Amino acid sequence: MKVLVPVKRVIDYNVKARVKADQTGVDLANVKMSMNPFCEIAVEEAVRLKEKGVATEIVAVSIGPAQAQETLRTALAMGADRAILVQTDQDLEPLAVAKVLKALIAEESPELVLMGKQAIDGDNNATGQMLSTLLDWPQATFASELVVEGGKAKVTREVDGGLQTLEVNLPAVVTADLRLNEPRYASLPNIMKAKKKPLDVKELASLGVDTAPRLKVVKVTEPAKRSAGIKVETAADIVSNLKTAGVF
Amino acid sequence: MAVLVIADHDNASLKDNTHKVVTAALAVSGDVDVLVAGTNTAAVGAEAAKIAGVRKVLTAESAELGQGIAEAVGDLIVGLMGGYDAVLIPATSQGKNFSPRVAAKLDVAQISEVIEVVSADTFVRPIYAGNALETVQSADAKKVLTVRPTAFKAAGEGGSASVESVSAPGGQAKVHFIDQQIVKSARPDLGAAKIVVSGGRAMGSAEEFQKVIEPLADKLGAAVGASRAAVDAGYAPNDYQVGQTGKVVAPELYIAIGISGAIQHLAGMKDSKIIVAINKDGDAPIFQVADFGLVADYKTAVPELMSALTAAGK
Repeated sequence: MKVLVPVKRVIDYNVKARVKADQTGVDLANVKMSMNPFCEIAVEEAVRLKEKGVATEIVAVSIGPAQAQETLRTALAMGADRAILVQTDQDLEPLAVAKVLKALIAEESPELVLMGKQAIDGDNNATGQMLSTLLDWPQATFASELVVEGGKAKVTREVDGGLQTLEVNLPAVVTADLRLNEPRYASLPNIMKAKKKPLDVKELASLGVDTAPRLKVVKVTEPAKRSAGIKVETAADIVSNLKTAGVF
Repeated sequence: MAVLVIADHDNASLKDNTHKVVTAALAVSGDVDVLVAGTNTAAVGAEAAKIAGVRKVLTAESAELGQGIAEAVGDLIVGLMGGYDAVLIPATSQGKNFSPRVAAKLDVAQISEVIEVVSADTFVRPIYAGNALETVQSADAKKVLTVRPTAFKAAGEGGSASVESVSAPGGQAKVHFIDQQIVKSARPDLGAAKIVVSGGRAMGSAEEFQKVIEPLADKLGAAVGASRAAVDAGYAPNDYQVGQTGKVVAPELYIAIGISGAIQHLAGMKDSKIIVAINKDGDAPIFQVADFGLVADYKTAVPELMSALTAAGK
């Protein structure tokens, strides 16, 4: 079974995003970039499927600038077999990403698309569901457990207040939630090996997909700062302050 | 232009999130209808009809809608969108599951986690876990929004909308519901709790976490949260995690115990109304967002806080 894993290069989750002074976006110059944490979980799950003998090939895909090759090398070092970069400097909306992935899937014919539930930059939580809709493949989002067997995927999903289990026919789109697994760190030998694995670069325009933005970003601003609080001397002071503030 | 709100409910009763999304919808249009999709929709629909400002309630009933199968809910909404210019969906796990399907079928953008309606086509939404706010204007003919309920006041009661049933879409052959386990915890859900008590790496062990954090949470009727550091160290289960890669919460009161306040944790809780922090390091970043900070070892401070709460009648 071939598994396709889309991955996104985003600002590292430990770095604070800073809004540009001209309010056009978030300043990404000279900021540490990493693989989106939820994408990392998806790669890890794909590698585990391969280790179990369920998956035969893992293709990692990224849509982004030339530097996204580094993100794909990380996926290769974790255990993906080959990678495809759809190169563009345009910042694509989830609908456009889903359309580009659909075009790649037509060429690659995977049986499973395993991807993060959300990227921590745009925070949309939409691409997987959109891709499933465009492909008319079933979806199983927010997965915390995945078992692939007999042409089906049994997926335990994180839902409001608990867990839900669905069985979906393959091919399907599964999106990873936090509890699915703990991604491994790539070992040095695997990082070296990853440098020799195939990485194809395609130009976005070559896919013939309409990726024009649907939303106009009017401005990007900083959220209101919290006003500085006070330090109190004792635990009892906390309670009396909370009383005054009307919490109790 | 009319807009449609998708009700949040558990097939037994309507959830308050619906009232909050109605408030957002009324900022978009005066003609707001509510769709109740699921089972037991007569009872839930009757509750929705009482929300002030609602014009009409639509109900659709099937087992798959009751199970929240995204394909079924998405198809239902897409079929209704001929009569609406926008659909507003609560940004719950359930809402986020089917909402992008509606947008993809209509070939429009989804505007996710809206926290402010500027005008009928312009909305504010948090990005980068709330570290930036993006104002976007949509040129799409129909708009698909998910709405963060905590950002809006609940619409009042007193309405008397008509209730009309609509037919549910056919079955989904490729998706099979197996089961659902909703945790019957005595504690409130972390995402919806009015008070959250969270512990950090300073706890040092899972036993200590349980001994310190849980009794305080129970005394306050609070949900329990944890920092990523505490989760990574195995002191608390992963679904307790508050932060950029965990849950984003905005309770009335957030109490952080032994949490230093890493960026990724602050991203998940800084919209809380009141933040209390107890940490022995006076320079910890958590104090920069705390309304009331106590520089002390939690080992002495938490028992003192417990007795102060008892003395205050909690």
